[in-house]
Amino acid sequence: MKNSKIFWLLSLVLVLSAFLAACGGGDTDTGTDTTDDAEGTETAGDLDSEQVLNLMETAEIPTMDISLAEDAVAFNIFNNVNEGLFRLDQENIAKPALADGEPEVSEDGLTYTFKLRDSNWSDGTPVTANDFVYSWQRSIDPDTGSPYGAYMMAGSIVNATEIAAGEMEVSELGVTAVDDNTLEVKLERPVPYFMSLMSFPTFYPQNEAFVTEKGDAYASNSENLIFNGPFTLTDWDGTGLTWKMQKNPEYWDAETVKLETINVDVVKEPATAVNLYNSGEKDRAGLSGEFARQYANDENLITDLEPTVFYFKLNQERNGEENALSNVNIRKAIAKGFNKQDLVDVVLANGSLPANYLVPTEFTIDESNADFREVNGDLIEFDAEEAAELFATGLEELGVEEVTLEILGGDTETAKNMDAYLKEQLETNLEGLTINLKAVPFGVRLELDESQDYDIQTAGWGPDYQDPMTFIDLFVTGSAQNKMSYSNPEYDALVESAKGELATDPAARWEAMAQAEKILLEDDAAIAPIYQRGAMALQQPYVNDIIKHTFGGDFSYKWAYISGK
Amino acid sequence: MAKYIGKRLIYMVITLALIATFTFFLIKVLPGSPVASADKLSPEQRAVVEARYGLDKPLPVQYFDYMFGLLQGDLGISINQFKGAEVTDVILSRMGPSAQIGFQGMVLGTVLGILLGMIAALRQNTWIDYTSTFVAIVGISIPSFVFASLLQYWFGLKWDLFPVALWKDGFMSSVLPSVALAMFPLATAARFIRTEMIEVLGSDYITLAKAKGASGSEIAFKHAFRNALIPLITVLGPMAVAILTGSLVVEQIFAIPGIGEQFVKSIIVSDFSIIMGTTIFFSVFLIVIILLVDILYGVIDPRIRLSGGKS
Repeated sequence: MKNSKIFWLLSLVLVLSAFLAACGGGDTDTGTDTTDDAEGTETAGDLDSEQVLNLMETAEIPTMDISLAEDAVAFNIFNNVNEGLFRLDQENIAKPALADGEPEVSEDGLTYTFKLRDSNWSDGTPVTANDFVYSWQRSIDPDTGSPYGAYMMAGSIVNATEIAAGEMEVSELGVTAVDDNTLEVKLERPVPYFMSLMSFPTFYPQNEAFVTEKGDAYASNSENLIFNGPFTLTDWDGTGLTWKMQKNPEYWDAETVKLETINVDVVKEPATAVNLYNSGEKDRAGLSGEFARQYANDENLITDLEPTVFYFKLNQERNGEENALSNVNIRKAIAKGFNKQDLVDVVLANGSLPANYLVPTEFTIDESNADFREVNGDLIEFDAEEAAELFATGLEELGVEEVTLEILGGDTETAKNMDAYLKEQLETNLEGLTINLKAVPFGVRLELDESQDYDIQTAGWGPDYQDPMTFIDLFVTGSAQNKMSYSNPEYDALVESAKGELATDPAARWEAMAQAEKILLEDDAAIAPIYQRGAMALQQPYVNDIIKHTFGGDFSYKWAYISGK
Repeated sequence: MAKYIGKRLIYMVITLALIATFTFFLIKVLPGSPVASADKLSPEQRAVVEARYGLDKPLPVQYFDYMFGLLQGDLGISINQFKGAEVTDVILSRMGPSAQIGFQGMVLGTVLGILLGMIAALRQNTWIDYTSTFVAIVGISIPSFVFASLLQYWFGLKWDLFPVALWKDGFMSSVLPSVALAMFPLATAARFIRTEMIEVLGSDYITLAKAKGASGSEIAFKHAFRNALIPLITVLGPMAVAILTGSLVVEQIFAIPGIGEQFVKSIIVSDFSIIMGTTIFFSVFLIVIILLVDILYGVIDPRIRLSGGKS
């Protein structure tokens, strides 16, 4: 009798487990079969009959609402499922997309008139000038709470600043639909990089009728989205780890698009990503940390230099009180006191470059195609001896024999390794310096930054538009990124002139920005550049022409194709 | 029995309320704000966003609003992970895979562990016993993510028997993660059953049963095993917790859309409502498990009374 109870229990457990197993699991992948050892054949143009690309992302999509997007995953998808007036091409140059050719620009550089080409939304309705007006107004409306709306428009587009502050109606934004195919944009000041801005997702159109009809459901999953780009987003439930992109037959340049389907899965564990790549299930896998080292000599390794620069922010007033970093010699000593080459070669080992600058290399070119870096070259290089002397002078000026500082950094494996290396370097090269490390999650770091509760912070910056100003502008007095009490009127004046009177004189403008960078790094050592980030990935040899971009969405799949799989 | 369960249910509600309260205030004192990442917002926009999620109200008001919502089954909306998505939807959509691998892991581990422990006890001090002890030690001391990585590499990548990762091939996708999770309960169950059975087998009443002519299997199953089960049931609760915490990493390794992995992420990005929602969900799960374990005691051993006096 008692025995039967136990066996009854055990059998119940087993039956339940079988039941759960049977109903769990979900749908089966209809993805393609892949071969393990596909030989790469460099036969460009020789397309496989099956055009399917299998990719991975490292995070879920937080939102597909153009006005609310602020993260790399969403921007990357927008770049492929929607399109703006301009689009970055294979050479990372902004070229007309929905705009029918270059816009007409008034002589003072303040009024742009765009003619739109004939193009459709994925439901077949035409994209009109009003879709741009509606989208931009929606993003600048303070009620929308758009992180990029005001950030991208304020100070550039007429009345954007006032509207974002709630002092004016959204209808007064400097953008009007002259007719269905003509869009007029009025600027507050000439913006030399305006075309590249037009390729940024925040400036994409949104279909007013669709957004209004969907209401709160808008952008909550792929059913409640509408597209006008090379692909459409499908099979996205709003919170899931998987989605697809399908070729959009309504796209105006659908002829160029060769891929039929892109399958995307979120894989957060780097080792799993590499295993999926090696099993042939995925066509491309990003490599980080130890994997970058392990696959350093793999024939399918791809290295990209990104326009993202990491640097020490040297906070001169912690919680309102001056610290040792208010002394310029101490700051210079720190900026020169660590070996950057060893850092990128040994600690990072992912194709990163030592940075002796703020504005990254291979990012912006002037009218004669010269990289901005050619103007200023290397500014603040590693020199242990000089650093030691500067540090000794600094200590003397402060009247102390030793200094203890804290490095506030990220809590990822890479960030921790790097900060440990930098601590060791600085303590070895600068006698009398003690460094304490503090590793916190990103959100916490932002909060400590906001309240200026740190000494040294490892921070990084990627561009928001294609111009040196996106970096130079960070450190003017009172800037949101300058939470380190740095202020130099000369620097501010140079930035102001580059934004103002020099806006229509490209050569003088570049010179002013170069001068500002020199002051920031050489004269003031306000920040200490560390490295420019490189990224490594494994890519199957049959994948061609995935274009990596320097800002906005990371990749374009518009031109990609499968050949020789 | 009904009275006992009723009383326990009231305790459960109180416990939940305490957990919710404690977590709520704990999150609020933690550094990091859900809108801090929106450092590009103007003060006006930031105010709008804070108002949208009720973050502009005084703390006690926020607390009562939350608790009131909770009473009505409303867990709020995600602030930054899935802007505007209902927390309930997030949990429901992710609960399935977690429950499946957790349950399969637990059942597989416990059943195999019991068998292993029984065999070891009945064949005490033979090579079978030593092997089973070795397996138990390995299972206890090696964390589940190490098993997960090894299983993925060998059974997924090298031998191509199961999917490497991703949640796409139905039951097949759940095998390796379940096995990885099963190791801990397997080892725990084997150890407990072995120790208890050896003790029971040496006790007087077994000697008596033998003297009365009971067969070997009768003694093993009817007497020894049932008595050995009681301490095992005691550890079922903690074991469920271990499975839960183990699943955080296992889900990440196998890229499974589970709830554990979601929980960790929400803490990193300070998504209040998701942290609260998942904490409450986990708590309910644990409290229910503990209740079930207590009820099981009474079923297996009538000497353990659920309520004083009458049974």
